[in-house]
Amino acid sequence: MNSGGKRFEILKVLGDYVILLPIALLIVVWTIFAPNFLTYNNFMNVLRQVSMVAILAAGQYFMICTGFIDFALGALVGLCGIIFAKGMVDWGLPPVIAALAALAVGLLCELIDGTLVTKFHLPAFVATLGMMYIGRGMCYVITNSYPVSKLPASIGWIGRGYIANVLPWPVAIMIIVYVVVSFISKRTKFGRFVYATGGNREAAHLSGINVDLITQCSFLLGGFFSTLTAIILVSRLNSGQPSAGTGYEFQAVIACVMGGVSLSGGKGKALGVILGAIFVGLLTNGMTLIAVDSNWQQVVQGVVLILAITFDVYKQRRQAESR
Amino acid sequence: MDNREVILDIQGLTKEFPGVKALSEVSFQVHRGSVHALVGENGAGKSTLIKILTGVYQATAGSFTFKGQPVKVEKPLDAQCLGLSVVHQELKLVETLSVAENIFLGRPQSGRGGLVDWRRMRDEAQKLVDELHIQLNVGREVSRLSIAQKQIVEICKALSFNAELIIMDEPSATLTDNELNCLFDIIDHLKRKGITVIYISHRMEEIFRIADTVTVLRDGMHIATLPVEQVNRQQLISLMVGRELGNEYPKLPAEITDVALEVRNLNRAGVLHDVNLNVRHGEILGIAGLVGAGRTETARAIFAADRMTSGQIFINGREVRFSSVRDAIHHGIALIPEDRKQQGLVLGMSVKHNTSMVNLDNVCEHRLLNEKRERELARSMIDMLDISTPTEEKEVRLLSGGNQQKVVLAKWLAVDSEIMIFDEPTRGIDVGAKAEIYKLMCQMAQRGKAVIMISSDMPELIGICDRIYAMREGTVSGELTRENFSQEAIMELAVS
Repeated sequence: MNSGGKRFEILKVLGDYVILLPIALLIVVWTIFAPNFLTYNNFMNVLRQVSMVAILAAGQYFMICTGFIDFALGALVGLCGIIFAKGMVDWGLPPVIAALAALAVGLLCELIDGTLVTKFHLPAFVATLGMMYIGRGMCYVITNSYPVSKLPASIGWIGRGYIANVLPWPVAIMIIVYVVVSFISKRTKFGRFVYATGGNREAAHLSGINVDLITQCSFLLGGFFSTLTAIILVSRLNSGQPSAGTGYEFQAVIACVMGGVSLSGGKGKALGVILGAIFVGLLTNGMTLIAVDSNWQQVVQGVVLILAITFDVYKQRRQAESR
Repeated sequence: MDNREVILDIQGLTKEFPGVKALSEVSFQVHRGSVHALVGENGAGKSTLIKILTGVYQATAGSFTFKGQPVKVEKPLDAQCLGLSVVHQELKLVETLSVAENIFLGRPQSGRGGLVDWRRMRDEAQKLVDELHIQLNVGREVSRLSIAQKQIVEICKALSFNAELIIMDEPSATLTDNELNCLFDIIDHLKRKGITVIYISHRMEEIFRIADTVTVLRDGMHIATLPVEQVNRQQLISLMVGRELGNEYPKLPAEITDVALEVRNLNRAGVLHDVNLNVRHGEILGIAGLVGAGRTETARAIFAADRMTSGQIFINGREVRFSSVRDAIHHGIALIPEDRKQQGLVLGMSVKHNTSMVNLDNVCEHRLLNEKRERELARSMIDMLDISTPTEEKEVRLLSGGNQQKVVLAKWLAVDSEIMIFDEPTRGIDVGAKAEIYKLMCQMAQRGKAVIMISSDMPELIGICDRIYAMREGTVSGELTRENFSQEAIMELAVS
């Protein structure tokens, strides 16, 4: 009886973090096929790459938990990055002010989307897809399609620096972000309201939860995390690229779904998302190491996303049937 | 004994799910042309049995014969083709298509060149509807029909398969009395045509009114199959619950004092006009009426879930204006909605998280959620309401209907509101759970709370309320005090 209970516990933990299995599998496969894979340098490299998608995934996480997907996040990473870079280089703003300007733009775009969804009852799919095109278009309009370079050296540490020569700053920021996100979703009323709103909007409304406000906040968090990702990315690339962040929103969705966040809303753990992002990072890193063509990498990402969602849907259905 | 032909012979059907035996060696016979009632508490195994008969589930052991032939039903279409159809409680129609299209869904009547012969399809559909002596235009879009009319469409659909056995899964749960009479006429009609009906219901009156035979299931086991003449209501109920049930409506005396809530001239454009009502502390107030009379809408408007066009609300004599549902809750109003799955619960959340949802401040410490307090709250509610769940961590979607309803109650009891509005609190739940809910409402009244119960079940309104308002066409059409209670009097006020 006791051992049965224990086994159940183990299964439950495994169930919550099923993602650990594919991660382990990837590590084994890449270690065999990619000779440079299992090195300290490469591992840090993976983590640094992962950190940006992971931070953006925190925004996607709130959106998915509230019951939506935000397609604009990647484009906002691009746009906020351009504002940040352009602000410093062409408009002569100090880095902090430029960062705040970028944040203002990110929040404004999401405020518009949030308003369209809550007040004008637009499907989030349409509002965010539209914003994705607007954001990306503005990137090219503002820069005339040229990257913004000659950034001040003072911002280099964010994307390229290390803490005590060991831990890359982006990784440290990612860890802080997830500690905070995990805390918000587990211990605050806001976190619970997000789950309730995504799980059943009508029931949440009738329980006295201001579902429109919660939705709006999730959008704004998307704007915040887009900006944060953008600043790190600009610093890392040492330039403002109008195409930066392309496809990030998609990778963020994969990270969430692989990490156990249900696309039907109202479910998921923050820690899972970080693992999901690591999975995505390992996947792309390994493919790059064994020189898989980048076009094929896209194909693989699409396949992985579909498989992950199929698994999620299957799991939900099985649970419902076995009651 | 019944010497008619056995149309359905169920032999030792067993169904096991991981960890649960949903059905255990159930055997009984259904005779052709009879109305065979199937009763049992929620979780007794009725749905599982139906799902096996119609091919949704496969039995773990046992078999059944239909029209004397052993049959193997592997998918729902097999059953339909054999002549065995189900009219589900949650109707399965395509809302945006017409009645005729729904009846012949998936197998349109084709004419020359494989094109759909619309004319023939409409004619065939109309013929099926006319046979039931029902007025219904088969060209109408289903979304514009009432629930009762939609049921008729389902029945016609079954008939279009030449169904010889139709299973009706709680058809009456959402019908008003008038519509119910219409349904009974149809059942009579089917019976005369030699069609067998298996009728699932929680309402005793209906069983005694239309059934010939009744089968009782309990905890997945077959308890009895009897001609209806041989049992009475009390016996049937005790067979279902396996124990003697006391008074079905355990009304407790409570001291009725001051007016707790008063609504004056409540209007909501196109839905409600000049609704006036009041309820006192310690009182259980019933609101009767047909579906669409504006009962739920009134509750939602009071609760600020929908905006009112004009009107005044007074609580303990003082006028209040709610800007949001949250505001209404803060003023001590609770609304237990009619549709627990759509409106009452977050199905994917645990019992614990659903219970604490309305008033998270209850389980907060230093403005942060406190795991321990939340667990304690959930456990105390599970004990108090006798919710059957292995732990408070179980997702509510995995609980049975009655237990889900109890979780909705738990959620609102945790807030301790002064004015509680119950919208159809006993719809679709079993007798045992019903009695517990009545008791709970009475206890609340005893503690001085004002209780409003919206219900379509007249015996329960009469059994439990101190006063009843009837609503009709968006307004209160009359008021009855306990000494004037009767089903006739309520109906008089509810219909024009």
